[in-house]
Amino acid sequence: MSEQKTVPVGEPRQASRRKFLQGVAVGAAAAALPGAAFARATGFLTYDSWKEYFQKQFQQMTPQEVEETLRRLEAKYAGQYGRKVTVKATPPLENVVFGYALDLNRCIGCRRCATACVAENNVLREKEQIQYIKVLRFQDGSMDFEQSERYYDPATVPEEGYYYMPVQCQHCKKAPCNRACPIRATWTEPDGIVVVDYNWCIGCRYCMAACPYEGRYFNWGNPVLPSEELNPETHYLGNRPRMRGVVEKCTFCIQRSREGRYPACAEACPVGARKFGNLLDETSEIRYVLKHHRVFRIKEELLTEPKFFYFFG
Amino acid sequence: MRRSWVLVAATAVAAATATLAPGGQQFPVPPPPLSEDYYPCAQNCHNDLRTDPKPRVLTDEHADIQLHHAEQLRWCLDCHDATDRDKLHLQSGERFGFEESYRLCGQCHGDKYRDWREGIHGKRTGRWNGEKQYLLCAHCHNPHSPRFPDLKPEPPPAVPGSKTLKSHSGAKAH
Repeated sequence: MSEQKTVPVGEPRQASRRKFLQGVAVGAAAAALPGAAFARATGFLTYDSWKEYFQKQFQQMTPQEVEETLRRLEAKYAGQYGRKVTVKATPPLENVVFGYALDLNRCIGCRRCATACVAENNVLREKEQIQYIKVLRFQDGSMDFEQSERYYDPATVPEEGYYYMPVQCQHCKKAPCNRACPIRATWTEPDGIVVVDYNWCIGCRYCMAACPYEGRYFNWGNPVLPSEELNPETHYLGNRPRMRGVVEKCTFCIQRSREGRYPACAEACPVGARKFGNLLDETSEIRYVLKHHRVFRIKEELLTEPKFFYFFG
Repeated sequence: MRRSWVLVAATAVAAATATLAPGGQQFPVPPPPLSEDYYPCAQNCHNDLRTDPKPRVLTDEHADIQLHHAEQLRWCLDCHDATDRDKLHLQSGERFGFEESYRLCGQCHGDKYRDWREGIHGKRTGRWNGEKQYLLCAHCHNPHSPRFPDLKPEPPPAVPGSKTLKSHSGAKAH
């Protein structure tokens, strides 16, 4: 970029805002952010170096900048949690668009998926917990979301007269959350996963208001995550530890799925109700479901085109 | 209820064996969940016993097996083979080992069998774009009482607002 605006007469050299900021960033890179002690003590600021403060949006970074960012984050998390953490940025696979199918005839509402998800994705462990998966209980013969119950707690499931529907981010093709974001901190990756750049997110929560599936969650406080419960295998756009004031969501376990593994929820489901695979591969399980079973998507009339299907196997 | 049939456990899952279905398709399944108390059946007992082909309720042995699987219509020897006790048999008379038990199940539950072969019915682990581990029907369903066992659910999520408002602090606020 070459901005050639001259400053008023009297100044001996040309300057630009960008150059000025770069100078400040480089000059202060080694030093801690002024007031960092205060910031950490109050939990008010979530960045602790100028480099982090001036970090670009993930899609705008050069490969070298991505690499630098990952190493910096790894060092930061290692200090924060006292153990080795790897942060990857595994790119999307060629000719892959992920899809998910859930068999409502099988689901027994045991919430194993929700807890496995929390453990895998380094979601905060406080009482005001976030769970990317909400298991909704409906009365047989009804699918009224207003009447659904998510706090059910019987001794055993399934209960007579009810059925269960887990709901998480539907990874819409036309995701309203992406459009609502004023700063492009959330977008859809080429493999169909809707992701958030936590460092770019300003916490305005417009995306949460836009999402018809309640698929996004906000960190109101500094997320509590005990070091021994941390999953050290992380992805920049996925399960790396989050900070206060950012939105997070299901990423189809991007750190697992991009390496060929099933998402944690699919692996945890004791009844095998969860099916995951490549929508572009005709031989995949997900394509078999779409071809041979009657599937539906939630709130289809909103034309968000979710890639999360429900069926009755 | 004692589930002698289902003595599966992790050891079974670890050592997967591949079995070959009639269509030539390979299913990487762990060994069948056989009870060490009984199997091998022929060697342990049945070689020394005379076979009584008359349907009846067993009282001396296997009394712990509760048959809740269309019990009006069938009994042991409809599935277990009378001449080779370590095998199962189809209605056609074809015999095979317990590691191919899905063929016996598929005899009636054809739709589920089709879905299972494609990886839809039942749990799959492994890789979505590579090798997958299957489970036999009997790993999840006790063949004598096939309803999936009830489970204790994981705790429900916290009710929002429970910190500040007493009226919102009930576990079942909704």
